[in-house]
Amino acid sequence: MKNDVKVKEKKTHEPLIHITKRAALPLSQAILIRVVAILASLLFCGVITIFVTGDNPFSVYATIFDGAFGTSVRIWRTLLETAMLLAVALALTTAFKMRFWNIGGEGQILIGALATAVCMFYIGNSVPRWALILIMLVTALIAGAVWGLLPAFFKAHFGTNETLFTLMMNYVSIQLVRFFLNVADKSGQSTIGPTELTHGWLPEIIHPYFLSILVVAVLTVVIYIYLKYTKHGYEISVVGESENTARYIGINVKKVMLRTMAISGAICALVGFLLVGGTHHGITTSTADSRGFTAIMVSWLAHFNPFMMVLTSALIIFMAHGAEEVSSVFGLNASFADILTGIILFFIIGCEFFVNYQLHVNRKKKNLADEAKEVA
Amino acid sequence: MSNVPALELKGITKRFGEVVANRDVDLDVRHGEILAILGENGSGKTTLMNMISGIYFPDEGEIFIDGAPVTIASPKDAFSYGIGMIHQHFKLIDVFTAAENIVLGIEDGKYDLKRATERIAEITARYGFELDPKKKIYDMAVSEKQTVEIIKVLYRGAEILILDEPTAVLTPQETQKLFAVLRKMRDDGKSIIIITHKMHEVLSISDRVAVLRRGEHIATVNTAETNEGALTEMMVGKKVSLNIARSEPKEPLDRLVVRGLNCVNREGVKVLDNVSFEARSGEILGIAGIAGSGQRELLEAIAGLQKLENGEILYYDPKAGGEEVNLRDKTPVQIRDLGVRLSFVPEDRLGMGLVGNMDITDNMMLRSYRVGHSFFVDRKPPHELAERIIDELEVVTPGTTTPVRRLSGGNVQKVLVGREIAAAPTVLMAAYPVRGLDINSSYTIYHLLNRQKESGVAVIFVGEDLDVLLELCDRILVIGSGVITGTLDARKTTKEEVGYLMTATERREEA
Repeated sequence: MKNDVKVKEKKTHEPLIHITKRAALPLSQAILIRVVAILASLLFCGVITIFVTGDNPFSVYATIFDGAFGTSVRIWRTLLETAMLLAVALALTTAFKMRFWNIGGEGQILIGALATAVCMFYIGNSVPRWALILIMLVTALIAGAVWGLLPAFFKAHFGTNETLFTLMMNYVSIQLVRFFLNVADKSGQSTIGPTELTHGWLPEIIHPYFLSILVVAVLTVVIYIYLKYTKHGYEISVVGESENTARYIGINVKKVMLRTMAISGAICALVGFLLVGGTHHGITTSTADSRGFTAIMVSWLAHFNPFMMVLTSALIIFMAHGAEEVSSVFGLNASFADILTGIILFFIIGCEFFVNYQLHVNRKKKNLADEAKEVA
Repeated sequence: MSNVPALELKGITKRFGEVVANRDVDLDVRHGEILAILGENGSGKTTLMNMISGIYFPDEGEIFIDGAPVTIASPKDAFSYGIGMIHQHFKLIDVFTAAENIVLGIEDGKYDLKRATERIAEITARYGFELDPKKKIYDMAVSEKQTVEIIKVLYRGAEILILDEPTAVLTPQETQKLFAVLRKMRDDGKSIIIITHKMHEVLSISDRVAVLRRGEHIATVNTAETNEGALTEMMVGKKVSLNIARSEPKEPLDRLVVRGLNCVNREGVKVLDNVSFEARSGEILGIAGIAGSGQRELLEAIAGLQKLENGEILYYDPKAGGEEVNLRDKTPVQIRDLGVRLSFVPEDRLGMGLVGNMDITDNMMLRSYRVGHSFFVDRKPPHELAERIIDELEVVTPGTTTPVRRLSGGNVQKVLVGREIAAAPTVLMAAYPVRGLDINSSYTIYHLLNRQKESGVAVIFVGEDLDVLLELCDRILVIGSGVITGTLDARKTTKEEVGYLMTATERREEA
């Protein structure tokens, strides 16, 4: 019975493509791969646009550039949007470093925006400007910290899944904003804009956007130092890398989790504060404008490095504005901009595979088959 | 038997990124023989076997079965050629019986457990296994689980059996039983490949030995014509002395006294049952036992990482003139704040003792980063410590900024042990400190432990290799299923006695 094994001629397929992990790619090559990916994505976008519009590809690229940097208004807008996206990415990064997947940036921005708007709307008339701004800021930060603390508390004490929890909190924020809009705007149109929020506008230095950009620039440096050179930052890394090690050396994991999420939520709320108090002077349910999600990508693409995030957020904003311009100049449906952005992101994210892995095509397959024939 | 080898490898090469796991390996296994594959950790033994059993695919080279070239691209292919591998980590389903596990995944269109049980009985009788096919896996001891794994591959008609470190989890007595079974299988004409790095086992079980070093096949020799020294030299590439110096303890004083510890794990199972012992200054206390008998919980309890039901852990401070401190229910930080200098080298180096993705400096900082009131970390002292350890313990690394996970096992352990010793401990606990280390690194660690002992530290050493425990320790504490089954004088006891005590609780339960 045991001898019934036949060494039979079996048709087996040798894998054609081998995927192996790269040891470590020199920085120059890693950058080269990414640059090639961006160029390839532009090329592909050009081809798609020509296919749809029949226009000259170079005019497409010129339009993309024009969309982001064509006028001084556009330059300022690109800078501001980059700064806002970057700030959210910085907030998420503190949590991500701890392997705490905070995908509730959207809700944390909104709750900060809401807190700011509520202060402006209800006590705008009754306190001096500087005090109002201070109250707006503190309320927003507290609201954001609470929005971050809730999922952290439940994860620390009951082991809930932070991804779902933070995601759900986004919808709570949206509903709260909707509630505020209904209550505050008696006209029934549910809009709160500069005409309603007349007090508590942030001071204008050089340009209406400049203060917000400056705040984020400072924040970038602060977060970089916080994560890299402080005891808190060190604890965040240890908890993120291995909770067991953290326990072993006596780090209070729950405390670190709560503290870090409070910071993460508060920074997101700061963005809400800057958006409402500094630039929009109004609030809608889409004030956060998906930054809470886009920032996840910004953070990951930069490998959690705050200074790299300046580049990745700038890149994403540049592409988005460019694509928007292309679809409007060439008279295309607004979704076309989304398609172009999607293509670009696909290339940028996809190239990370080639940074980390190497493909080998199996060349000896034929030889083996030939030899097998000879043996037979 | 024909002269054609049952299995032959020609020019097998396998790379992982820049690492060459196997380079141009030629190897043959005959019918009816036991071939031992000997090599240090990281020498490519397991990778090579994984290619034979279809888990990896070689980058270069050919495999022949009974002289015919074959392509093994999956474990299924391997089975069709009669190759069966028994892995170090068992792949069994806990809630199934032995028989159910054995027939699992066989696609012959029918599920006839009764016939299967008969066939299992036939196999067990033929080779002298002891197995109850109706017993559930979760009721089984490790050795029984291994038996199920072996029968599983025999049931599928394996002619070539590969066993990856089969004795790592067995007591000396169980090892002897396994070897008897393997010999019967060999006499029945089966080819058996056994991977191991325990020299005396190689000499007692195998017919031939193939030695691998750094992925290359050094030589295959007849076991009868070689000896331990020659094999070690081939394995390591140079001569090594295999003696551990052991000095007499100087003025041993009770340093750590453990009384009546009871501990229940998350599943509610009792893992420590009324454990009492004392560790003395200037001596090495060995803890022997089958893996998972409560050693980890015991050390973690002392280090302040394990919740206890009851019992006490008393520490006698040599500085304060022998003042008594109870460490029970204290966190690691509280223990340190009491001035207790307790160092702990945990079993899980990269998952607990160190952070794999951090560099050596940052890993040094794990113990000391809290020092001072500054909001910022001071990387200077840990950096100096890192340089000192690299220098003194001859850690092979490109520099202090290399992530420790990139270092080899031995160097990782040097970094960890170095850090723990640098804290000038009065109690040093080390769990399996030489697991996975090559011979040279192992001896470095033994010497370090010995030096600590000589300077008056109470050393607690949890080990798995009984030969080493007997040579290195002063006293040996034997633990079985969370119960201390004996304390032995390491200079007078024997391996058999330790092995007997290791399983004493199991026998009591069965009786």
